Amino acid sequence: MALLPLPLPFAELEVGQHLYWQIGNLNLHGQVFLSSWVVIGVLLALVVVGTRKMERDPRGVQNLLEFLWDYLRDLAREQIGEKAYRDWLPFVGTLFLFIFVCNWGGALIPWKLVELPNGELGAPTADINTTVAMALLVSLSYFYAGLSRKGLRYFEYYVDPTPIMLPFKIIEDFTKPLSLSFRLFGNILADELVVAVLAFLVPVLVPLPAMFLGLFTSAIQALIFATLAANYIGEAVHEEAH
Amino acid sequence: MTWLLLAEAGVPEGGLFDLDATLPLMAVQVVLLTFLLNSLFFRPVGKVVEDREGYISTSRAEAKQKLAQVERLEADLTEQLRSARQAAQAAIVEAEQEVDRLYREALAEAEAEANRTREQARREIESQREQASAQLMAQVDQLSSQIIQRLLAA
Repeated sequence: MALLPLPLPFAELEVGQHLYWQIGNLNLHGQVFLSSWVVIGVLLALVVVGTRKMERDPRGVQNLLEFLWDYLRDLAREQIGEKAYRDWLPFVGTLFLFIFVCNWGGALIPWKLVELPNGELGAPTADINTTVAMALLVSLSYFYAGLSRKGLRYFEYYVDPTPIMLPFKIIEDFTKPLSLSFRLFGNILADELVVAVLAFLVPVLVPLPAMFLGLFTSAIQALIFATLAANYIGEAVHEEAH
Repeated sequence: MTWLLLAEAGVPEGGLFDLDATLPLMAVQVVLLTFLLNSLFFRPVGKVVEDREGYISTSRAEAKQKLAQVERLEADLTEQLRSARQAAQAAIVEAEQEVDRLYREALAEAEAEANRTREQARREIESQREQASAQLMAQVDQLSSQIIQRLLAA
C-alpha cells in the first residue's frame, strides 16, 4: 500500500489480518465474532419482531417469515424426505439464514466505518474458521442423523451397493466438509476481494456490477450450503426399501 | 478502539488459513443460534402455518360436505317438485273428468226433464183436443138434431 500516493479510506486491502483476542492460551478472531454478533442480532431482531403478534391472516414481517419458513421447509423436505425433515429443518434453516445474512451483511453493511486496531470487519463467512465450523457441524449432524435413525445399520450405506464402494465412501466423509467449507469460504472471500480490488483501483461505479454479482453469489452459496447439508442428512437417513 | 484488542502480547502471525479457537466457539454459536431460532422462529411460525393449512383443509372439507348436502337437498327438492307437478296434473285431469261427468249428468237430466215435460204437454194437448172434439161432436149432434126438429116442425 505504501506505493500509493493517497490511500483511499474505504478501499484498503487486508488479507489474513486478524484482530486477535486471547483467552488463556486460546486465540480468537475478534472481527469474526463482532460481525457474527451483528448478524445474529439482525436475525434475532427480525425473528422476534415478526413473531411477536402472529395472526392467521399474516401481516407485515410475518409474511416474510412465513415465506422463509415455507421456502426452508420445501428445501428440507425435498432433500431429507417426508419422514425425517422435521427434525432437521431448524438446523438446515439456521445454516441457510445465518450464511445468507452473513454473506449479504458482509456486502451491504458499511463495515469500514468501524476502524479496528488490526484486521477488518466483514462477512463472518469469509473466515475459514466459520465455514469449517459449520461444515463440521454438518458432518456431525449427518452421522448423528444416520446413527440415531438406523443404529449400526447406518454403516451398510458404506458397502452399498457393493463393498468396492467402501474406500470412496470413507473418502467422501472427509471431502464433504472440506468441499463445503472451502466452497463457501473461497466464494465469499473472492467476492470481497474482487469488490475491494475494484474499489481500490476505480472507486466509482466500476465495482457496482461486481457487487451485484457478489450479492447473487452470496445468496447462491447460502442455498448451496444448506441444500448440500440437507442432502447429506437425507442420504444418511434414507431407508432402503428392503 | 484499543479495548477491542484484549491482549497485545504474543499476537500470532495470522494468515488466510489460520485455524484456531474461533472454530469451536463459532460452532457453539451456530448451535446456540439453531436452538434459539428453533424456539423463536421455526416452531412458532411452523405452528401458525400448519394451523392455517389445517384450517384451510378442514374448511375445504366442510365446504365440500356442505356442497354435497346442498346438492342432495336440491335433488330432493327437484324430486318433490316433480311429484307435486305430477299430482297437480293428475288433480287437474281428474277435475276435468269430474266436470265433464257432472256436465253430462246434468245435461242428461235436463234433457229427460224436457222430454218428460214435452210428452206431458203433448198428452194434455191431445186429451184436451179429444175432449174438445168430443164436445164439438156432441154439439154438432145436438145442433143437427135441433136443425132436423126445426125442419120437421116447419
